[in-house]
Amino acid sequence: MWRACLLLGSMAVCLVGASEPSQAFTAYVSNEKSNTVSVIDTEKWAVTKTIKVGQRPRGIEVTKDGKYVLVAVGDDDTIQMIDTAKQEVADTLPSGPDPELFVQDAEGKILYVANENDNLVTLIDIARRARVGDVPVGVEPEGMAISPDGKTLVNTSETTNMAHFIDTGTREIIANVLVDSRPRFAEFKRDNSELWVSSEIGGTVSVIDPAKRAVTSKIEFSIPGLRREAVQPVGMSITKDGKTGFVALGPANRVAVVDGGTHKVTKYLLVGQRVWHTAFTPDEKYLLATNGLSNDVSVIDVAALKVIKTVQVGELPWGVAMAQQ
Amino acid sequence: MKAFALGAMAFCIFASTCLAAEPVEIKLAYIGPAKLPSTLSLVDQPADDDGLAGARLAIQDNNTTGAFLDQRFTLEEVRLKDGADAAAAASALADGGVSFILTDLSADDTLRAADAVRQRSAVILNVGARDDRLREEDCRANVIHVAPTRSMLADGLAQYLAWKRWKRWLLVVGSHPADRLYADALRRAATRFGAKIVAERVFEDRGGARRTDSGVTLIQRQMPVLTQDAPEYDVLVAADESETFGAYLPYRTWDPRPVAGSAGLVPKSWDAAHDQWGAIQLQNRFVKLNSRRMTELDMQAWTAARMVGEAAARTHSGDPGKVSDYMRSPDFSLAAFKGQSLTLRDWNLQLRQPILLADGRMVVSVSPQEGFLHQTSELDTLGVDRPETRCKLK
Repeated sequence: MWRACLLLGSMAVCLVGASEPSQAFTAYVSNEKSNTVSVIDTEKWAVTKTIKVGQRPRGIEVTKDGKYVLVAVGDDDTIQMIDTAKQEVADTLPSGPDPELFVQDAEGKILYVANENDNLVTLIDIARRARVGDVPVGVEPEGMAISPDGKTLVNTSETTNMAHFIDTGTREIIANVLVDSRPRFAEFKRDNSELWVSSEIGGTVSVIDPAKRAVTSKIEFSIPGLRREAVQPVGMSITKDGKTGFVALGPANRVAVVDGGTHKVTKYLLVGQRVWHTAFTPDEKYLLATNGLSNDVSVIDVAALKVIKTVQVGELPWGVAMAQQ
Repeated sequence: MKAFALGAMAFCIFASTCLAAEPVEIKLAYIGPAKLPSTLSLVDQPADDDGLAGARLAIQDNNTTGAFLDQRFTLEEVRLKDGADAAAAASALADGGVSFILTDLSADDTLRAADAVRQRSAVILNVGARDDRLREEDCRANVIHVAPTRSMLADGLAQYLAWKRWKRWLLVVGSHPADRLYADALRRAATRFGAKIVAERVFEDRGGARRTDSGVTLIQRQMPVLTQDAPEYDVLVAADESETFGAYLPYRTWDPRPVAGSAGLVPKSWDAAHDQWGAIQLQNRFVKLNSRRMTELDMQAWTAARMVGEAAARTHSGDPGKVSDYMRSPDFSLAAFKGQSLTLRDWNLQLRQPILLADGRMVVSVSPQEGFLHQTSELDTLGVDRPETRCKLK
């Protein structure tokens, strides 16, 4: 709540706002080709710093304590830790070869990394910077998500075309769900009612019931004037209330807005070229989407469902992560 | 209990013994030639397991997935000596319960193998033969073509040359039948995409050795002579499937012109340098398993065996009829690191696929090129399209 008062004679007139004033957050964008991470101030919508990182940075996340930004630098076979206070690379994690996507457990202690070369999900103790285990999965593990209760880890394998459900306690696979070709990304709804898995080559998003561990519906995309093959869903973000999902459609150059209840597309937002990954600001007012081939980031106003800004970043922007400050 | 069984299966990938339920077995085989072709460049000389190595990797990939689905894929390997009976080899495999036979055979032998196993409802997956006639007048209902045709390759190249506006071609053709077939495809592509063949030359193969101790001096004199006095042209296009002269042309033409076709810029289904669309992962897996780079024949064999694996996974079945029906259905598609899904042309069972243009070090471009439009799939701008086909599937 904010309050602004004016004294008019003896009468105080107060305007009471229902929402917080716009707060500044920090977005970190990995630039696959430039070998840099662009730091964006979400109040100014401007790049405030460009951090030099290892080769081919892709997957990117902020640690739960906010102290580090983790970025997978695939061609250096490691995950680098950027100190958020100093905004420079401070340490590395032993990810195994060519890391791309990863996810943290709820406490921010264990990092689960898709290890594509060896068909493994690798577990890393973040504090100890040590590899603590592996789970064998399908061919080319890629997408990673952890259930809201922390009990289930989901990994998608791109050539096996499955979502593997892994018990985080026993570290064993408990179910395998077949989805469409080349599953890239997985995202749970906050209430654990649905898991969404995007299939880049299949051109669909499978909605999976995490309790039944079965596909219950599929989100289809159809854009007039575009060939079906050009629609390649990759990154996704779902609002906290589960009512709206945003799906980046790659070379279709659009982000689809999906009704969380009906699983129908309500709108296509035109963004830059080859839109890849997305992230909300912590207040969910904005969604950022990386546009690989136009070297920029589109800023979407979530309430208005409009692209309001484009921020130039490095070459081939890939992933985006959001920090409180 | 179910959870335990699945855990145990996941473990089976790495253990030689396995306690889980008996999986369904799906049998594949690969028939290839015992003798490998000779190439002009030592760098291009195929390995003994060219093609086969791709099939083996796909079987491994299929079995990783199969461990989660109770399916097990096997590969039988057959090498045919020159003049050996392809029909007998295919029949023996079908009699042994093999339902999916990958072939790297001549057009005639491909047909002999296909006709021999027809009554046994085995499916041939043609991974080696590029002949258009196998997809046209000689098409068969039990042959799926994974190798691109000469016309698909020629069209992929011609689209790029059109995009470059290199519209005047000097066509140099070898004297062997396969060279002439490739030249036919290139002439057709020139007409389709607005190029003009300003002159044609023939390189007569007089049966010389490919390896000589002082060959380079001679070649340096021969190639300018072969290409001199040509009308103005933008690019030399060579048709040399027999590997008798193509690789000699770059840097030796009378006029300083780029070379394409069988040398220089080569259209192909795969290249060791291809790393886009996640291909680096497949390339890494292949090198790790085989200690060499992946060729186009390796990729065609990988794709064929993966098609069987994909159809078996989608149908949850090891039944050959169900698996092969699914491959032909409109629901079937395969992800194969080409930036879009690959599907079968229902009129002749040819796999639609982008064509890479590679210069020996890098992938220069990928066709179809932007702007070559099609009402159903832009991949159908490559090769013989539905309205032109002479195939009647039987």
